[in-house]
Amino acid sequence: MRDFEYLAPSTLVEALQLLSQAAGQARLLAGGTDLLVRMKDGTVNPGQIIDLRQVAELRGIREEGGMIWIGAMTRHSEVASSPLIQAKAPLFSEACRLIGSWQIRNLGTLAGNLVNASPAADSVPPLFTLDAEVILANHRGERTVPVALFAEGPGRTCLGKDELLTSIRFQPLPETAVSFFLRAGQRRALAISKTSLAFTGILDDRHSTWKEVRIALGAVAPTVIRAHRAETYLVGKPLSRKALEEAAAIVSEEAKPIADVRSTIEYRRLVTGNLLIQGLWPLMKED
Amino acid sequence: MLGSMEVDSQRQVDSSRQVDSSRQVDSSRQVDSSRQVDSSRQVDSSRQRATVTLRVNGRERRLLLPARTTLLEALRENLGLTGTKEGCGKGECGACTVLLDGRPVNSCLMLVSQAENHEILTIEGLSSQENLDPLQDAFIAHGAVQCGYCIPGTLMTAKALLLINPHPSREQIQEAIAGNLCRCTGYEKIIEAIQSVASR
Ligand SMILES: Cc1cc2nc3c(=O)[nH]c(=O)nc-3n(C[C@H](O)[C@H](O)[C@H](O)COP(=O)(O)OP(=O)(O)OC[C@H]3O[C@@H](n4cnc5c(N)ncnc54)[C@H](O)[C@@H]3O)c2cc1C
Ligand code: FES
Ligand code: FES
Repeated sequence: MRDFEYLAPSTLVEALQLLSQAAGQARLLAGGTDLLVRMKDGTVNPGQIIDLRQVAELRGIREEGGMIWIGAMTRHSEVASSPLIQAKAPLFSEACRLIGSWQIRNLGTLAGNLVNASPAADSVPPLFTLDAEVILANHRGERTVPVALFAEGPGRTCLGKDELLTSIRFQPLPETAVSFFLRAGQRRALAISKTSLAFTGILDDRHSTWKEVRIALGAVAPTVIRAHRAETYLVGKPLSRKALEEAAAIVSEEAKPIADVRSTIEYRRLVTGNLLIQGLWPLMKED
Repeated sequence: MLGSMEVDSQRQVDSSRQVDSSRQVDSSRQVDSSRQVDSSRQVDSSRQRATVTLRVNGRERRLLLPARTTLLEALRENLGLTGTKEGCGKGECGACTVLLDGRPVNSCLMLVSQAENHEILTIEGLSSQENLDPLQDAFIAHGAVQCGYCIPGTLMTAKALLLINPHPSREQIQEAIAGNLCRCTGYEKIIEAIQSVASR
């Protein structure tokens, strides 16, 4: 690792000031599980590190004004064990519980996972189906961006050079919502997802047809994507195996994966659709 | 200590080279004067060093280190606590696991400054002078140690698990130690050893 200047602001205002003065020379440090790996292998060599660990305003999980608010520096292990998230967005805590290992979850943060802009980032598909908003700030003020517009490609986001991600917020799921996050990888722990799928759905009052459906796919496109065609197909459909299998086939078509060291295109497509079947199968009534 | 002094003198050469080139870029871009003050401070590299106070195994230690030092390096090379191992250096093997306020973390992925104001427990702090931790006794009794390289890390994770959950299930043990890779034992005896302490 090369030498750098280490700065540890204790307030958000101070952090934003340092960031604007750094004129692109600085890197923000959250949990370091991505940044330190890159600094060690020499792919990133910042002149300055602005460590956000002491900025208390960037931490925490709370419900305010009917929305769930989560600070940027909240660790995956905190999201996974938060009773509020388990109750109001269970698929999000499930996803965070699958990230890396216990040690990685104790370091890695929400902001780091979003800003990495990896299409395989596991906390992101749930946030797509929750229609989460990402809150960005610079020394002049704040703006809000839908999570679906935050990542622009692998490793690329809409963050300006002087901007910092402060938090995310989303509406809690209704108690009756059906939701899950599933991923396929080489092993359960410490394996990057080959494909992942997040689902949130609301059934009609008679619990027989889908009223509202959101599906997001990870690791099968340059960014996380929504499976809009499968969503539209499912709305109004009954809880039948036939409809589910058709929806899964559409999901497989919507997945546009690449082949890489982890997997082939065909495998990723097939398995992505199968994740939908796996998640919803227990709800299906006989055809 | 001698080792770290050598590293230091080498670093000063490095950093003075870096500073030179960065200043050239700066001045050609006509950056404002406040940043030039910054870069002149970098010449004596004082801001690339950090004075860090660590609380390790109940003892307070003050260190003056290059800011780029990882917690793992500080423990092993500056404090002589070589029980914590380096395997991969990138978060994948868990050999470097230490507890930060009771939570297992990969010390290879932390800058030493990030560990300030936290309570650090390493394998050296697990046992007292006379007695091993019950987990250490159990690892010995169950033959859970072969080459031993992964064991300090695995013991620390197991300790953290039992601190928050004194009676974990087999599945909970497996999930907890999933970030501690062992190339020798096949995990079975490690899991049995942890279970034997958990069922007491
Ligand atoms: C062994 C291992 C296993 C992993 N497994 C998984 C996995 O299963 N699933 C998964 O999704 N990821 C995984 N990761 C990747 C990584 O742990 C996560 O993406 C993590 O969330 C990154 O967060 P961090 O806080 O450590 O980020 P850092 O490394 O601190 O930062 C990452 C990037 O975000 C920027 N940044 C940080 N905070 C902010 C902010 N507030 N505003 C703007 N920019 C910011 C940094 O400058 C840096 O560019 C794994 C990593 C390792 C090493
Ligand atoms: S050395 Fe830290 S995880 Fe391998
Ligand atoms: S005992 Fe050899 S790696 Fe675990």
